[in-house]
Amino acid sequence: MKTLVIAEHDNSTLAGATRHAVTAAAQLGGEVDLLVAGNDCGAVVAEAARVAGVSRVIQVEAAFYRDQLAENLAALVVSLVQLKLYENVLVGSSAWGRNVAPRIAALLDVAQVSDVVKISRRGCYQRPIYAGNVLVGVESDDPVQVLTVRTTAFDAAGEGSPAPIESAAAGADLGLSQLLRREISRSERPELGAAKIVVSGGRGLGNGDNYQQVLTPLADKLGAALGASRAAVDAGYVPNDYQVGQTGKIVAPGLYVAVGISGAIQHLAGMKDSGVIVAINKDPDAPIFQVADYGLVADLFEAVPALTGSL
Amino acid sequence: MKVLVPVKRVVDYNVKVRVRSDNSGVDLNGVKMAINPFDEIAVEEAVRLRESQQAAEVIVVSCGGPASQETLRTALAMGADRAILVESDAELQPLAVAKLLKAVVDREQPGLVICGKQAIDDDANQTGQMLAALMGAGQATFASKLVVEGSSIHVTREVDGGLETLAVGLPAVVTADLRLNEPRYATLPNIMKAKKKPLEVLPAASLGVDVAPRLRHGRHEEPAPRKGGVKVADVAELLSKLKNEAKVI
Ligand SMILES: Cc1cc2nc3c(=O)[nH]c(=O)nc-3n(C[C@H](O)[C@H](O)[C@H](O)COP(=O)(O)OP(=O)(O)OC[C@H]3O[C@@H](n4cnc5c(N)ncnc54)[C@H](O)[C@@H]3O)c2cc1C
Ligand SMILES: Nc1ncnc2c1ncn2[C@@H]1O[C@H](COP(=O)(O)O)[C@@H](O)[C@H]1O
Repeated sequence: MKTLVIAEHDNSTLAGATRHAVTAAAQLGGEVDLLVAGNDCGAVVAEAARVAGVSRVIQVEAAFYRDQLAENLAALVVSLVQLKLYENVLVGSSAWGRNVAPRIAALLDVAQVSDVVKISRRGCYQRPIYAGNVLVGVESDDPVQVLTVRTTAFDAAGEGSPAPIESAAAGADLGLSQLLRREISRSERPELGAAKIVVSGGRGLGNGDNYQQVLTPLADKLGAALGASRAAVDAGYVPNDYQVGQTGKIVAPGLYVAVGISGAIQHLAGMKDSGVIVAINKDPDAPIFQVADYGLVADLFEAVPALTGSL
Repeated sequence: MKVLVPVKRVVDYNVKVRVRSDNSGVDLNGVKMAINPFDEIAVEEAVRLRESQQAAEVIVVSCGGPASQETLRTALAMGADRAILVESDAELQPLAVAKLLKAVVDREQPGLVICGKQAIDDDANQTGQMLAALMGAGQATFASKLVVEGSSIHVTREVDGGLETLAVGLPAVVTADLRLNEPRYATLPNIMKAKKKPLEVLPAASLGVDVAPRLRHGRHEEPAPRKGGVKVADVAELLSKLKNEAKVI
């Protein structure tokens, strides 16, 4: 059996999500190929070849793969599946993976299983529905299994001995869409999805300046990534990619500190698998306390600076 | 240009669903249902396009049982012009919905389809992308801004590191994210007016599409609840617990 994992990358580095997808792919058994389609992406190919568990790296270069547009990428994957007879196609369940995988599945006329958190065997999985309030067993007999896998549910594959690299021909440029611009925030902080500690702020912060002044020093002291509730993002305190939850990022750090967040089910969906949850909220009845290991009923404007000061 | 907006009837987002005692599914008895929140945003965007004369007509379509008519009426009350119910009592999975929508697209020839990014019941996040594939059209998912520019659209998308903007030729499929707009409330006069707007019922079987489920859903369970934690008295106690008990800092 052969599985194709599609690498997520920006032509210079491999995204963390891909290493988690490789681990999930290995659980299906058989060989795991890693496709790197891009432009001038030699560095990614070299990195991909060293990911433990990868049987070979398939490198496809063309200028029109540079921006990772779903239409061209999906068409390429479908032709590779047909040519090399892959039986499974996996990606990490990131914004990138969720964009491209269903397009591949539809072109192959197969179902997709989204956000897989457990693989019992090929064709037999578990996934969350209803904002993570329910886990459901899913079975599929489709000839090609297309899965997006929740990165928090599978460890990241480490470094291994280098896998062979093969080139494959590019597909056609369908020209259905073009990238006009990309505004990607560069940060010195750990990535939200991969951080060991996450400090998250909600509407209780009141505004963006407060968010920065109160939470940034705490995150600096803890070496933490910063996150937010939807309310904080909608109100413009922080950019969209900070959002944790059902429709934002799913995180499971060792420590999650929720500050001024009430704990709506949509928020809990994104963080309730964290190791230890701390909640700081002035409302003793806030639902966040029902999932918090340590709850502190306090005004965050006093409690957080005090906590930062004593670290 | 016609704009087609697929809307799904789902459990209201405020409801915390329960699993049936035999683990066969989710207990939907007497549970409050509503239009999928992302679809409400999609309808709003389409109606705004028509109000600014960039779209000629907004058609809403739902695939499901007769009760989905209620969802369609909600969308009509928000300002959609007419509705289509693709009626089926069977379980419709995203690939099947995408195929039914493709049949409707073939009939209506919309310039633009705006879906929600995900249905908050199955949390699949697939249908729009699948429909775009079946149409051979371009896609712009997780949209937070949409501008029509002649024969294409410019769509700003929420991606993991921030934002990106795509130009996509029409016809195209867009999926709406939360920050695309703030949907209006339907006013009472508009709710009354919506009752008179055309709502066509098409039996799913009449569309000649294979909608048989590909996935079998087995055991449903609620994830193990987190053990109730403790409240600490002050910052000092919190710090000591984190250091000595949880050992996370
Ligand atoms: C379809 C859909 C998808 C959604 N997806 C997401 C998602 O992915 N992520 C997400 O987070 N939400 C999501 N939501 C929104 C969610 O339902 C909540 O509205 C949101 O999480 C609330 O954010 P909040 O806790 O910051 O704000 P609020 O609920 O307003 O809570 C603010 C909290 O701050 C506390 N507070 C105020 N001042 C202080 C102070 N001085 N000191 C201490 N505490 C204070 C208050 O007691 C309160 O508990 C979604 C909603 C819908 C409908
Ligand atoms: N039964 C349905 N009827 C109409 N539209 C649907 C249906 N199911 C899904 N959709 C559309 O597809 C989007 C994504 O759904 P999903 O792929 O199930 O997460 C929804 O927000 C709707 O716009």
